[in-house]
Amino acid sequence: MNLYKFSSPATFYPLAGKIGKISTWITVALLVVGLYMSFFVAPTDYKQGEGYRIIFIHVPAAWMSMFIYLVMAFWAGMGLVFNTRLSSMMAQALAPTGAIMTFIALWTGAFWGKPMWGAWWVWDARLTSELILFFLYIGFIALQGSIDDSRRADRAGAVLLLVGVVNIPIIYYSVKWWNTLHQGASVSVTEGSSMGAIMLQTMLIMTFAFWAYSIAVAMYRVRVIILEREKDTRWVSELPEIRR
Amino acid sequence: MKEGLSEFFAMGGYALYVWGSFGVTALLMIVEPLLVRQRRKAVIQRVSRLIRLKSEQKS
Repeated sequence: MNLYKFSSPATFYPLAGKIGKISTWITVALLVVGLYMSFFVAPTDYKQGEGYRIIFIHVPAAWMSMFIYLVMAFWAGMGLVFNTRLSSMMAQALAPTGAIMTFIALWTGAFWGKPMWGAWWVWDARLTSELILFFLYIGFIALQGSIDDSRRADRAGAVLLLVGVVNIPIIYYSVKWWNTLHQGASVSVTEGSSMGAIMLQTMLIMTFAFWAYSIAVAMYRVRVIILEREKDTRWVSELPEIRR
Repeated sequence: MKEGLSEFFAMGGYALYVWGSFGVTALLMIVEPLLVRQRRKAVIQRVSRLIRLKSEQKS
């Protein structure tokens, strides 16, 4: 199989539709299982009671907010180096989803912080760096939207994304580097997990659900962006949904 | 059953925080795909109109 084939928008367009459809079904299935486990299987926490259940969306959203940013920066970098149209479109398609994941992480963090710490918001390293991540997403979207020439917009956006990558390790290690109110990592690559097995499984299922959701929305959005940018090409004019 | 239900929604006193989190998350994850669908419809309409105009000019 020739992978380069899929770097062409014309061949990727139908493939993105298929991936989007499959991911949608995976999302629905995982959300049904994940939400059921979040509320009915996972036990009440001995310290935080039922309030801790926010973790099942807070942590997956926070992970996705950082992961999507890295994927975006990767595609934007590829677009910058190889000048491939599709990679820049991928970066653009992921941005709103990344911004939403970041917003969810901040929002659920506030709704968790209020009952547990007594404050909706504190200017702590973890929270502040996550807020900066939100501004990076918004800044990228605004920058892309403000430049008419799409190739120039791609390049400017890529530079912004690549510079902003420095923020990701800051978010990740902030709980170690600074004294913070935010609790340390419950799950670590090197130290394993400090959570109960069922809680961890639930959190992982919700993470995969958020993952599949992000893939699905990004795939559907990249299809729209492809149509917008390739509207003058012959293959777009021959699509069944365009000809009607 | 009814008692169990209200107990469930009370979330051990954390109702505002738990439902405030899950509710807003659910709302965003429903609205985002709908916005993408709306954008797709608008683009398809615009592009097909553009192509129709072009073919009319030619003929």
